[in-house]
Amino acid sequence: MKELTVEASLQNVLTITEFINEELENAGCPLKARLQIDIAIDEIVSNIAKYAYEDSSGKISVTIDIFSSPPGAEMTFTDSGVPFDPMAVKDPDVTLSSADRDIGGLGIFMVKKTMDEVIYEYKDGCNILTVRKEF
Amino acid sequence: MAMTIEKKAENGTVTFVLKGRLDTNTAPELQKEIDDGLKGVKELNFEISGLEYLSSAGLRTLLSAQKTMNEQGTMKVLHPKDSVMEIFEITGFTDILTIIK
Repeated sequence: MKELTVEASLQNVLTITEFINEELENAGCPLKARLQIDIAIDEIVSNIAKYAYEDSSGKISVTIDIFSSPPGAEMTFTDSGVPFDPMAVKDPDVTLSSADRDIGGLGIFMVKKTMDEVIYEYKDGCNILTVRKEF
Repeated sequence: MAMTIEKKAENGTVTFVLKGRLDTNTAPELQKEIDDGLKGVKELNFEISGLEYLSSAGLRTLLSAQKTMNEQGTMKVLHPKDSVMEIFEITGFTDILTIIK
């Protein structure tokens, strides 16, 4: 397992994406799965950077585990900010017209649709989001 | 891992050629172009064959452009890669945007 802890900021979305991608490339993860994981990282990390610590700052820890059978990766995203369960957010109505479409909830919805498993836990004062993707 | 935006404008038609990744960090650049650059525009095109992916931040930017163009003209999204098309399908954006494959 590899782990990275950095300041939860929008700038570090890129740092975390590069960290995860290096592991995925070493594991032979196909391009499509990698791009979907990159989108999930963007959604999850930007959410934490924007909302977890409200007006103050804090850390985000990311881990990645690679599996061989079936091939895949499990990633965790941990912050010690405000308790927030993204899985409790109502899915957006994807059938509405542009005039009626709101912008909330779309990010986590995309993560749920493209990843194989997304699990939220609140443990020891931390939000832990575990994401598994087979490839 | 960034994005380039090229803007072509002629006779009320504006085309943005997007390459790279339209995500949390790059969407604000495009949003700025949209906020500043659509006055009097009748036809807006996004040429995205060079776009590797877009996240929800990118979708929100396209949605805001679509809302503006609903008031004043037409908007088309041109030539998405399969991986990008899949994102439009999952999120129902295929029903909102005019996408030409």
